Amino acid sequence: MTAGGAAGRVRALGAFYAAAGRQSMTQQLTYRASSLLLMVGMLTEPVIYLVVWSAIARSQGGSVDGYTPGTLAAYYITWTLVRNMNVGYAPAGFEHRITTGRMSGRMLLPIHPIHYDLAGFGGAKIVWIAQWLPVAAVLVLLFHPTAHPTPAGVLVFLVSIWAAFVIRSLFLWLIGLVTFWTTRASALFELYLLFELLLSGRLVPLTLLPQWMRSAAGWFPFEWTFSFPINALIAPGPAPRLLAGLGVQALWIGVGALLVAVVWRRAVRRFTGVGA
Amino acid sequence: MNIRLAALYLRLLLLNEMQYRANFLLRIVTSVLSLGTAVITLALVFRQVQRLDGWDLDQLVVLAGVYTTLSGFTQMLVMPNALALLTDIQEGTLDAVLLKPAGALLAVSVRSSKVWQGLDVAIGLATTATGAVLSGGVGLSAVPVFAVTLLCGAALIYSFLMSIAISAFWFVKLDNVAELFSGLFQAARWPVGLYPGWMRIGLTVVIPIGLAVTLPAEVLTSRATGAGPAALAAFAAAGLAFTRFLWRRGLRRYSGASA
Repeated sequence: MTAGGAAGRVRALGAFYAAAGRQSMTQQLTYRASSLLLMVGMLTEPVIYLVVWSAIARSQGGSVDGYTPGTLAAYYITWTLVRNMNVGYAPAGFEHRITTGRMSGRMLLPIHPIHYDLAGFGGAKIVWIAQWLPVAAVLVLLFHPTAHPTPAGVLVFLVSIWAAFVIRSLFLWLIGLVTFWTTRASALFELYLLFELLLSGRLVPLTLLPQWMRSAAGWFPFEWTFSFPINALIAPGPAPRLLAGLGVQALWIGVGALLVAVVWRRAVRRFTGVGA
Repeated sequence: MNIRLAALYLRLLLLNEMQYRANFLLRIVTSVLSLGTAVITLALVFRQVQRLDGWDLDQLVVLAGVYTTLSGFTQMLVMPNALALLTDIQEGTLDAVLLKPAGALLAVSVRSSKVWQGLDVAIGLATTATGAVLSGGVGLSAVPVFAVTLLCGAALIYSFLMSIAISAFWFVKLDNVAELFSGLFQAARWPVGLYPGWMRIGLTVVIPIGLAVTLPAEVLTSRATGAGPAALAAFAAAGLAFTRFLWRRGLRRYSGASA
């Protein structure tokens, strides 16, 4: 492949993302009420964690391992946006694509089908972010968060939520690809969710975990999809550490992309389609 | 007679489900995982404190058991039947049920049950018993009151969700209600007293899931006053009566697909 050809392909892919993203955004705009209701439904989870850990902080004289009800509120309110950013194409969708034979059509597409999922969800997220702002305002009024964001932290946060979306989407895709062999992946996905819940900062800030769980977390991509973006906004460390964090996110994107590429190639060879 | 009919419905559904053995095995894995999550969460909380809003670890195990039981009941009997009713009202296909000679409310309340969720009911009851034994101090006399309040809690959840589904006779579009409810139901994992005032009122009166789960657990951990169970029983009876009333009014409105 020549250098000019590669540049052309990157440019074409960029144009595809812009077009597909815009289309999905428009689509999402027509279902505003439905996606807002979904977002409100997703609020229960972090509000429960916030209430429980705030109660613990108060019963210990105002803070638990350095977290006060105020910083916990900041953590879990930011959590709500990060969680929304994290939504990607779920493995259950692959079961549907496989059993209905729709995967066949996707394999005929001129570019790798993962781009269609990434662009589709990416475009929708722009609408979700806009919808999140008033929801967050209500949460701020209800729970009085305290945080000290820095300009560098905000910048890193804005980049890292997109990186988190890509990392999680890649790993969800990887689980989804298992359906090429097993037709079902929901039990595996449940297992993934359990690990994610405990080791990502989704259930509690990682500093509240016992040491052995925290060291286990280092081996997985989970914390780079929850803990890192949240802390970049509400408790940013020094700038070099933030940049290093973005570097680790890039690394996990690389690992995920490589795994998807390799497994996809084997999955395609394996694929026969139900009814084919 | 009606009870025998309901039992027959459920038996048929169970036989149908038992054809898929591998799937059943996966269900067991999923149920065990979700119980594991609850246990690990409790362990993390009790690393920090000895009591949460007056509840100790064993008592919260009882609550987790009641939660799992009622959540299993909801996923087995209430939610799938409410959703099926919603679809039938929207599409006008309810006629097929109404034409049958037996009581239609009973039929729409059992026909689409997901029997394998009964597994969660069993796991929940076992967890409740474990918690009760661990926390000691539970008199045998508390058990019948507990059983009654648990049934009342189940009846309350049934009335609440069924009434919403029945209201589709008037407001046809209610698609996202199920997801919203599943999200809110999670709040009942913790004692309702833990929540700030406005949420506590919401979870007791407006959407009474907090009341339905917390109160039976309070009875079994001997922290309920006599007024609580009586109020729950009254609330549940009123809920069931209201559901029946709404169903009759709704049917009068319904004209079916072919009418």
